[in-house]
Amino acid sequence: MYINCNGRQQPISDTTTLQDLLRELDLAPDNVVAEINTKIIDRDQYETLRLSDGDQVELIRFVGGG
Amino acid sequence: MLTIADTPFSSRLFVGTGKFASAPLMQDAIEASGSQMVTVALRRVDLENPADDIMSRLDMDRIHFLPNTSGARNAEEAIRLAHLARAASGTPWLKLEVTPDPRTLLPDPVDTLKATEQLVKNGFIVLPYMNADPILALRLQEAGAAAVMPLGAPIGTNQGIQTAMQVAIIIEQARVPVVVDAGIGAPSHAALAMEMGADAVLVNTAIAVAGDPVRMAGAFKMAVKAGREAFESGLGTSSTSALASSPEHGLIGEDLDFIQG
Repeated sequence: MYINCNGRQQPISDTTTLQDLLRELDLAPDNVVAEINTKIIDRDQYETLRLSDGDQVELIRFVGGG
Repeated sequence: MLTIADTPFSSRLFVGTGKFASAPLMQDAIEASGSQMVTVALRRVDLENPADDIMSRLDMDRIHFLPNTSGARNAEEAIRLAHLARAASGTPWLKLEVTPDPRTLLPDPVDTLKATEQLVKNGFIVLPYMNADPILALRLQEAGAAAVMPLGAPIGTNQGIQTAMQVAIIIEQARVPVVVDAGIGAPSHAALAMEMGADAVLVNTAIAVAGDPVRMAGAFKMAVKAGREAFESGLGTSSTSALASSPEHGLIGEDLDFIQG
């Protein structure tokens, strides 16, 4: 199955959690906010939340800005 | 001392973190500026370059974090970004920016007010970026803004305080702190804003793109301090006719009384 992550199609297995996805992308969970289908996900759900086919995942973090 | 939403700040210089050539340079410039309040933006993680992380460069114990909603074109987008910023930072502090026109990046007054009303209700500490409109400043203050941030000139233009007359009225009327934001291109611009009685200034581009950003950050630190000292000392009034600084009696003139006496 596939999710859309930051605008790009990403194949995932049936049991992939949000935490698994972050690990795969080499991202530290503390520095990233995840929005799935426009809903912000609490950090304590990262480990248990399983991704579903067609999910729109946005991974967001702070960058330099004024 | 400057206080915003019951939080004291010993520095009246706020610094943006955009446009620096490198993260270590940004870190050193912030240190040199003495700033305790830095702005950051929220963006999608670059999946091609996931290691690039600004948070590891900022000492969160010493520096207050002010996420912005840059990129939001209307109130709805700004509110969405605000909630993401709170989830990411853990703080309710927010620099609200609503800029529908990418060419001018001027703030939308109607949606800025709308978003301020909503976000204050949601428990955010809102510092709205706004055009230098004294009536809008009052409306934002009534809506619960913790400070107002009128622009000196459009973002990144380095044009200085083009809005001086309106900013002066905003300062005169405001009950919340006034932070002059955007357009400040030189330490003299920052000093002018502070001499006028602004509570703080926010500088990004002028420091970040300077030949030596670390020294420029130090120059802004001194200018802000000088401007504030001048304001608190009480500036003299200006006049169109000359008023002698030296004594007007005892002059060497037609009579030389003072020598003879």
